[in-house]
Amino acid sequence: MKSNNPNNHSLSDLDPGQEAVISAVHANEALHYRLAALGFRIGQRIQLMRRGRWAGPLHVRLGATDVMLRQAEADLIIVSAK
Amino acid sequence: MKRIALLGMPNTGKSTLFNRLTGSSARVANWAGVTVDLASAKILLGGHIAEMVDLPGIYDLHGFSDDEKVVRHLLENHPIDLLAIVVNATQIERQLPLVLEARSLGLPAVLLLNMADEARRDGVQVDTERLAARLGMPVVLISAKYGIGQPEAVRVLAQSLADAIEIGPARRAALHAALSSDDSIERETAALMAEAVAIPVQLPEQVSDRIDRLALHPWLGLPLFFAAMLLVFQSVFWLGAPLQQGMTAVFDQLRQVALEPLAGHLPDFVHGLLLDGVYAGFATVAAFVPLIVLFFLFMALVEDSGYMARAAFLTDALMAKLGLDGRSFVMVLMGFGCNVPAVMGTRMMRERPLRLLSILIIPLSLCSARLQVFLFIVSAMFQPALAPWVIFGFYLVSFATMIVTALLFRKRFRNCEPFVVELPPWRVPTLGQVWMRGWLEVRHFLVRATRFIVLGVIAIWLLTNLPLGAVPGSAETLAGQLGRLFAPILAPIGIDAKLTVALLFGFVAKEVMIGAFAVIYGLSGEALAQEFARNMNSVQAISFMLFTLIYTPCISAIATIRIESKSAAFTALAVIWPLALAWLTSFIFYQGMRLFAGV
Repeated sequence: MKSNNPNNHSLSDLDPGQEAVISAVHANEALHYRLAALGFRIGQRIQLMRRGRWAGPLHVRLGATDVMLRQAEADLIIVSAK
Repeated sequence: MKRIALLGMPNTGKSTLFNRLTGSSARVANWAGVTVDLASAKILLGGHIAEMVDLPGIYDLHGFSDDEKVVRHLLENHPIDLLAIVVNATQIERQLPLVLEARSLGLPAVLLLNMADEARRDGVQVDTERLAARLGMPVVLISAKYGIGQPEAVRVLAQSLADAIEIGPARRAALHAALSSDDSIERETAALMAEAVAIPVQLPEQVSDRIDRLALHPWLGLPLFFAAMLLVFQSVFWLGAPLQQGMTAVFDQLRQVALEPLAGHLPDFVHGLLLDGVYAGFATVAAFVPLIVLFFLFMALVEDSGYMARAAFLTDALMAKLGLDGRSFVMVLMGFGCNVPAVMGTRMMRERPLRLLSILIIPLSLCSARLQVFLFIVSAMFQPALAPWVIFGFYLVSFATMIVTALLFRKRFRNCEPFVVELPPWRVPTLGQVWMRGWLEVRHFLVRATRFIVLGVIAIWLLTNLPLGAVPGSAETLAGQLGRLFAPILAPIGIDAKLTVALLFGFVAKEVMIGAFAVIYGLSGEALAQEFARNMNSVQAISFMLFTLIYTPCISAIATIRIESKSAAFTALAVIWPLALAWLTSFIFYQGMRLFAGV
């Protein structure tokens, strides 16, 4: 889901340490609720802390909450560079 | 030098304004009575140098979040000559209450309506003159982002600061009065928390991040985690072995000094049943309780610190290849304590195939009950220096059986469950928390002891002593006949008739097995261990332990699997598959060793 538009990355395109703002979440309803409960909302600032080895999960920080999620789920979250 | 404080809600552009007004001259400093560092800078206002402090963004001056407390303490403990209140003009309705709260402090104030450009675009029109008149403070529309209205803001700030008279004792008293009820609520909350609530100490973010840099390191993370687990098992051994020997000695003494004289006049059959059956069985199992409690204390420490969630992060990529995820790995680790809560813990997974595959592998984890059996056998059969490594080897075998099982069954339980899990900050577990876990384990053990172990050892004693007149433990007894019945299956893996009876009862609860050894051999303590070692070689012992590790979940675990899976067919699979795998593993090991090592 790579995009050439710098303001329309998916979360998995970020580099470790990079910050962005969530602009859209393309998840099905169940996952959408789960993501929202953990703080994945439009307009929320998000920072990629690190990636797991062997294409492992992503460690992200939303405000005071740290969350890990797989690449597949990170692809569903669209962010715009800050 | 006069002091201006910037007050406002989060995300109002307060810090942008601060940076714009102060340039890059800001420094971060520690303020007396305030727990966090705040940015402040000296700026030139109307020919005078003033100090500007950027307060943390807060929603409520009378609130009790950390940031709200910081702001209140700073206002109380440090003289402020002017409050510059920053409000997001597009959300003015929601933010005005904070302005009114600030006004009631009686400090000179200026209201800066930020994001004026956006507000205008949204059609929000603010009559600044009327607002200023009603509030009793100057109001300026600005846009910190674009610098709009900045000269006007600077002029008004300078003017207000020049007008601001020295804050006398009366106004200070008014300020304190306005905040004193909050302070007393804060104090009372703190007192109540200290007295009645224990919360684990959460490490500051920087410390937590520093630990994560190591614990979640791409290369070092996993080795570090396994080293930590190895350390846990080693510590359990070092600390637990002397305790266990002490318990054994106490139980032996109690029997010789008190129980033998008391029971001396009872008929032989009753005497045997009570002392060689119930007491010997129970004492042998109970001697291992300190080790198990220690094990659970250490596991509680690992879990409550936040390391388990890191383990899920570190292992998720590998678990994904097995059709599982990082949470399955954490459940497997929990299963090392007891399989039952671990099977129940899979409820957090939503997709059924993922849950079932996790439930299928969890009973293969070497639970504390099996650990008791292995500790007994290993300490009877191997040198003390070698013992921990043999036990560690069995943990590796336990992992290997899970990997084989997952690889074989992942296609049948294919899933695409999303993996989105919170990563909690590192915490220092409280003693009370850890102690509670240990206590729960002891209680759990006592419940099992009364339900299964005592009944189990009585049944085994009867099997090894009936029919009346048979030599106890010989081939004529019921146990001997059972052993003969199973010999065609168990002899090829090196398990003799006596151990067969123990295995049958291990099906009820694995702890019963060592109680069973005591009853079957009619011995306890040191004598039992010696007799045990005389009866088999180390290859047979390992074959027996391999079979015990894998062969079948205990009755409680099977019942839990049935309830959680809601499927009799799946439950049957969860019993039959490990049995087959256990027999094959032991067969290959035992016959392989006989063939190649000539044992």
